[in-house]
Amino acid sequence: MAILIDESTRIIVQGFTGKIGTFHAQDMINYGSNIVGGVTPGKGEQQHLGRPVFNTVKEAVQQVGANASIVFVPPAFAADSIMEAADAGIKYCVAITDGIPTQDMMTVKNFLRRFPIEERMVLTGPNCAGTISPGRSMLGIMPGHIYMQGDVGVVGRSGTLGYEAADQMRMLGIGISTSVGIGGDPIIGSSHRDILERFEEDPETKVVVMIGEIGGPQEVEAGIFSRDHMSKPLVAYIAGLTAPEGRRMGHAGAIISAAGESAAEKVAILKELGVTISPTPSAIGETVAKVLARM
Amino acid sequence: MRYGVKTAEGGLAYTIEESVQRAREIDGNVWVVKAQIHSGGRGKAGGIKVCRTHDEVRAAAEELLGKILVTRQTGSVGKVCTRVYVEAGTHIAREMYLCFLIDRSSERIVMIGSGQGGMEIEELAHTNPHAIKKIFIEPAVGLQDFQAREMAFALGVEAAQLPHAVKTIRGCYRALRDLDANMVEINPLVITGSGELIALDAKMSFDENALFRRHEVAELRDKTQADPREMAASDHGLSYIGLNGDIGCMINGAGLAMATMDMIKLAGGEPANFLDVGGGASAERTEKAFRLVLADKGVKAMLVNIFAGINRCDWIAQGVVQAVRNIDMKIPLVVRLSGTNVEEGQRIIAESGLPIITAGTLAEAAEKVVHARNGAVAEECKGI
Repeated sequence: MAILIDESTRIIVQGFTGKIGTFHAQDMINYGSNIVGGVTPGKGEQQHLGRPVFNTVKEAVQQVGANASIVFVPPAFAADSIMEAADAGIKYCVAITDGIPTQDMMTVKNFLRRFPIEERMVLTGPNCAGTISPGRSMLGIMPGHIYMQGDVGVVGRSGTLGYEAADQMRMLGIGISTSVGIGGDPIIGSSHRDILERFEEDPETKVVVMIGEIGGPQEVEAGIFSRDHMSKPLVAYIAGLTAPEGRRMGHAGAIISAAGESAAEKVAILKELGVTISPTPSAIGETVAKVLARM
Repeated sequence: MRYGVKTAEGGLAYTIEESVQRAREIDGNVWVVKAQIHSGGRGKAGGIKVCRTHDEVRAAAEELLGKILVTRQTGSVGKVCTRVYVEAGTHIAREMYLCFLIDRSSERIVMIGSGQGGMEIEELAHTNPHAIKKIFIEPAVGLQDFQAREMAFALGVEAAQLPHAVKTIRGCYRALRDLDANMVEINPLVITGSGELIALDAKMSFDENALFRRHEVAELRDKTQADPREMAASDHGLSYIGLNGDIGCMINGAGLAMATMDMIKLAGGEPANFLDVGGGASAERTEKAFRLVLADKGVKAMLVNIFAGINRCDWIAQGVVQAVRNIDMKIPLVVRLSGTNVEEGQRIIAESGLPIITAGTLAEAAEKVVHARNGAVAEECKGI
C-alpha cells in the first residue's frame, strides 16, 4: 500500500526542461518512478528525456493521464504552477521550490480550499525534499538508495535530517512504507497532522516517525491528533534545542516567535501527549527499533 | 503619512548638530529622540529620550549616537546606533495597540487590537486576554470596512474619530499586503489631547522570500545593523547565523544543521554558528563557507557534517581539502560524510595526508569535535 504514491502513480514534472528539473527527472526515472511527461509553457510537442513536453498541465492530464506532479518552477512563478496543477485535476503535487513568498502560499491554500474535499489536490511542500515509497516510486530529490522498503511511516520538515533518519533505520534493518517531506516554510500544503491521518489509515504502516523543528504549532497539533485518533505508536524528534529566540534558522518557518514553539517546550508537551521522544537526532533509529520490539 | 497612517512630525539625524536642527524645525516645547536600531525593547534599554529644551536634545543625541544599545532582543553584543529620529512630543490622552500579522495556524492575516496599549502585548495576553480583540481576514476579499469599524470600536475610539481610525486600520493592512510584510505592529497607537489619532511607534518585519519583488524594502536594510559575517554569507548565498560558542559548523540542510548543533550541545560543546551550505555545494562554495566560519577568531575546532542527496560527497571532500590547504587551517577539523558518493569522498580525505579527523555517524562526529575543542583549549592554557 504505502501512502500518496506507488507504482501506479503517473507523474509529470513542472519545470521539466530546466537544469534542475532535467537532473531530478532523470534521477526519478532511474529510480523507477513512472514519469509520463512534463510541462514547460512554450515547449509543447517537443520530447525531453524520451517523454512528451506539454504547454499546460491540462494537456498532460488529458493526453497521458497524469495524476501527480512535482514542481521545480522558480519561486516567483511557483505558486501559479501549483494552482495550475490543482485546476487541471492533478490529485497529488509535491512542490520542491525553496523561497516562495508567504503571501503567495496564502493565495494557493485559499485557492485549494475552493474545491470540494473529494476533488481537492493534496499538496506537500514547498521547500521540501519530496515523497518516496521505497521500491515503488520516488517523487522528490532524495538519494533513493538510502531508503529500505518496510513498515515505518516517516514525516518531516527537513530533507537532510530525513535522510539521516532513513539511514539510521536502514543500518538497523528497519524499512519505510513512505517518507513524506512537508517542507520548512511557514505556510505549507500539508501539515504533520494531515500526513499522520494517512499513515493511520494505511494498513502497511505500523509505526510513524515525526521529525519536527522549532517554530509554529504543527508538531503539538500532530501530538494531540495522535493521542485522540491514532492506534499506531508515534515517535518524534524536535530539532533546534540550541536555536536562539527570534532568529530564522535557515528554514523560513524555523523561528521561535511564541510560547510553546521552542524545541524544549515542544518535547515536553509531546511527552505529555504520550509520544515517544528520540532524545537526540542520532537516536532516531534505535528509538524506532525499541518501539517496534515492544509490538 | 504613507498608507494614511499619521505619525508625529519628525526626521532622521545622523549627527548631533543635525539632531538639534531637526528639533528646531519642529514647533512645540517637547521633543523625543529615538535610537534607530533593528530591534525592539529600545525604551527599556534607554534608547528613547524625552527632551524639553534644544540643549537636552543635543545631550540625548550625544549620548545615543555611536552608542551600543543592548536590549532584550539584541543579545549581549548589542547593536550600534548610527542614526536617531527626532520627533515632536505628543500629548497622549490614550494609548492603544494595533497589529496585523500572518497567522500560521489559520493561514490568514489576523488583525489584533487592544484598547490598552503601550505595554507588552504578550504580557496583556497573559494577564487580561479579554482585552485583546482578534479579527481574521478572508484572503479572497481582503479587509472589509465593517471589520475595521469593529476593531475601532473595540479599541474604544469615539464616533468623531471613526473615519480616521478606519483609514488608519485599512492603511496598516495595505502596508502588510503591498510590502509583503509578515507583521505590522503599531504600539502605541495614541489619541492625542486634541483628539488626533497618531502612530507613535511602529515595527514591521518583512518576508525575506519576497524581497526580490520589493526593492524598496530591500533598500531599507541598514547594513550596519546586521552581523558582518551574516552579510558576507548572504552575499555568497549561504545561510549563516553567528552564535556565542566556539565550535564552527558547516552542514547541508537547515534541519540537519539544527540537529547537529543539538548534538554538539549534548556532547558538552557550544556551536559558534549555524551554517547551511545548501544543495549543489561546489569546491569553491565549500571554501567560501570555511573562510566564513574561520573568520570568527573565537572558533577552536570545526565540524563538517554532510548528508549528500543533491550534493556529492566527492565534491565536498575536494572542497574541504582545497580549503584546508588554501587557508592554512590551524585548528582541529572533524569531517563526517554520508550519502551520494561517500566512498569516493572518504578516499579523497584519507589520501590528502591532511590531519583531518573523520567520523562515521552524527553522534561520533559531535563527540570527536567536542573532544578536539577541549584538547585545543587545554593546549592554549599550557601556552599561557
